[in-house]
Amino acid sequence: MRSRDLYSLLLIVIVAGVVLFINFSPSQNFLGRDVRFRLGLDLQGGIQVLLRTTNTTATKDEVQTAAGVIERRVNGLGVGETVVQVAGNDRIIVELPGVENPDQAVETLRGTGRLEFIDPQGQYIPTGTVVRTTGDPNPTKLTNTNPVSGTATLTNTVPTGPIYQSITDGKDLDTGAVQPAFSQGGTLGSRPAVAFAFKGNSALGLEKFTAASVGKPMCIVLDSQVVSCPVINAALPNGSGVIETNTPADRDRILNELKYGALPIPLVVEKSRLVTATLGQVSVNTSIVAGIAGLVVVALFMILFYRLPGFLAALALMIYTAISFAIYRLIPITLTLPGIAGFILSIGLAVDANVLIFARLREEYRRGRDIRTALELGFEESWPAIRDSNVSTIITSIVLFLFGNSFGVSIIKGFAITLFLGIVVSLFTAIVVTRTFLRLAAPMFSEQYAWLFGIDRRNTPSAEPTTPAEAM
Amino acid sequence: MEYLVRRRYWWFSISLLIILPGLYFLLLHPLITTGSFAIGLRPSIDFSGGSMWELRFSGKGTADVTTSAVSDVFAKNGFEGAQVQISKDIQGAPTGVVLVRTVALNPNDPNSQINAVLNGLKATFGDVTREQFETVGPTVSQESTRSAVIAVLGASLFILLYLTWAFRQAPHPLRYGVCALVAMLHDVLLVLGVAAILGTFFGLEVDALFLTALLTILSFSVHDTIVVFDRIRENLINRRSGEIFDNIVNHSVVQTLPRSINTQMTTLFTLTALLLFGGQSIRNFIAILLIGLISGTYSSIFNAAQLLVVWEHREWQNWFRRGGPDGDQGAAAV
Repeated sequence: MRSRDLYSLLLIVIVAGVVLFINFSPSQNFLGRDVRFRLGLDLQGGIQVLLRTTNTTATKDEVQTAAGVIERRVNGLGVGETVVQVAGNDRIIVELPGVENPDQAVETLRGTGRLEFIDPQGQYIPTGTVVRTTGDPNPTKLTNTNPVSGTATLTNTVPTGPIYQSITDGKDLDTGAVQPAFSQGGTLGSRPAVAFAFKGNSALGLEKFTAASVGKPMCIVLDSQVVSCPVINAALPNGSGVIETNTPADRDRILNELKYGALPIPLVVEKSRLVTATLGQVSVNTSIVAGIAGLVVVALFMILFYRLPGFLAALALMIYTAISFAIYRLIPITLTLPGIAGFILSIGLAVDANVLIFARLREEYRRGRDIRTALELGFEESWPAIRDSNVSTIITSIVLFLFGNSFGVSIIKGFAITLFLGIVVSLFTAIVVTRTFLRLAAPMFSEQYAWLFGIDRRNTPSAEPTTPAEAM
Repeated sequence: MEYLVRRRYWWFSISLLIILPGLYFLLLHPLITTGSFAIGLRPSIDFSGGSMWELRFSGKGTADVTTSAVSDVFAKNGFEGAQVQISKDIQGAPTGVVLVRTVALNPNDPNSQINAVLNGLKATFGDVTREQFETVGPTVSQESTRSAVIAVLGASLFILLYLTWAFRQAPHPLRYGVCALVAMLHDVLLVLGVAAILGTFFGLEVDALFLTALLTILSFSVHDTIVVFDRIRENLINRRSGEIFDNIVNHSVVQTLPRSINTQMTTLFTLTALLLFGGQSIRNFIAILLIGLISGTYSSIFNAAQLLVVWEHREWQNWFRRGGPDGDQGAAAV
């Protein structure tokens, strides 16, 4: 019996050592794994968008391809710890933490990236005009430009205006040839530009058209919107050329959209959520205060009520906190505000098992058992209640997780995960850790130290074994 | 303490005293005030769709930022009927933060709408920053409502199945599951009713976090009930001959009372810490949890266990007889 307790103690010391190392590792690294805390968007600021395709016939593959293109574009933005994932059949979740201009960033991701050259029939079309082309006669940007009010549903207004002949097809763009460049100058001087090249039929078409229309304008159209209408100075050989832009920011946006290929399906913003970094920092600070306050009050309560066992339970609670943090860092689990609430709530849950056990222990002791037997019986008899109650909470946390997963509400998922982990870890600390501590500590005390356990035999067992006044 | 079971109809009355006004505001109040049937909860944009803007005005003095001035700017920029709420600190002084709820943004071109409003606000009030912003389209919000209902029903079903299995050795295992679910239903109704009352008078909105709180309350309620039922199961197995069921239940409740109260205290402490320091955005969530957890402990002791006794005696057969239900009669009807 004694040696089993020592083995348990050894296990606890090893676990505690490992988790403390993970939590306080100066290089934030454990066995080659980055173990920094991952903070959710509501804690570090950023934007989350749920994109949905308006194309009702879009296949799962097309959505997957679109997500891949968006992921490459996201990486092109150079923001850390981004998330791009497909949700359901027609949706993509994008999370961009710490982005400086989040709205602009989302527009970049969402842009279809379809580059076309059109024949404007000798006219100059103003920059920014949305046009209909043979490549896309019904651009989404033209439909429904008014905000939807109340319960009105989205109705597609029929776009009007001429349909221009597309000379190139966006699919033929050679993404490998898209490069940042500077234009050769001209009247406006040297300006940021994007070099591009077309392949196949589009390259031939472009070469043929430019050769035939020297001196006439030709419009560059990106995602159905006119970028510029330069005058053709000479034929564009091999279907390559440059697009002039006004600012480096514009250049980067167009570059990013073109470089990683066109999106196979149009996407609209179904849901978006933005939090500033300042607000996130406030939430982090308040959560830390709330967590410390919760821990301290619960520990004090346990010590005052259950004395020595309460103190050992408080110790186990510290180990519980350390293990939880280490797991959050290792898996890693992205912490959100509700996630932290789930953790703090689980502090209360973590001592519940101990409360059950200690209440039993007092009862058994009062019935005339010695400390050691009362201890064993306390653990043994409270186990079914601990097991059944925790299983039901585990069921709920799994349902919550599935629910949160089904429509991309990451806040609920965060709460469900920390609650679930809290239950599992607390079962370990409340049963194994506290039990080992108590077993090792109990033999050191003879009956005269029973007050340390908050138990007193002067109240002899009666017909009514417990009344709340005695037990408390 | 030996009267816990005998007074069971008192405990049921206390529950009804809180649940009935809640039900009135949940179901009847909207019918009476508007003439059409509706659920008396205020859905947030998570469930109804729309946009929520949290704006910080740091330019002009906060006195100039009034509800009507802000909603005028929104109306000029295409958002008619924006609901503006000026956030105040505990002393009632405005904090410079304003919450505005509008319809959802145009999914094709959300940026120009955002910019138009922000430019309009800057022209009127000086410096304005968007602290938080959320927009939810109609498709997602409808789905959210559907999955919310499925989540609550699914969780209840699994818990009922598990409880029936866990109590298979006790006589009538199904009773334990059903009584735990009735106690759970008690907590759901109570919390929904309180939310309806708070929604009617203080504008509390029901959002995805509210649903999370509700599901957590469900699981904690069952958690508490199981601890009590487990003791009843144990005492039934060691039943002395001639010991009546009422006394066993009473004993079991009394025996688990210290644990129930102490666990309640620890969760109460942690939740109060969260309520005081845990940040504005989860305050409603924590408040709802607090109400629900207290209700959960109450219902496990004063409803779930008592219902087992009611079922044991099949007391509903007496409910509509002359004299009506009475605690002492019920106990005497063994």
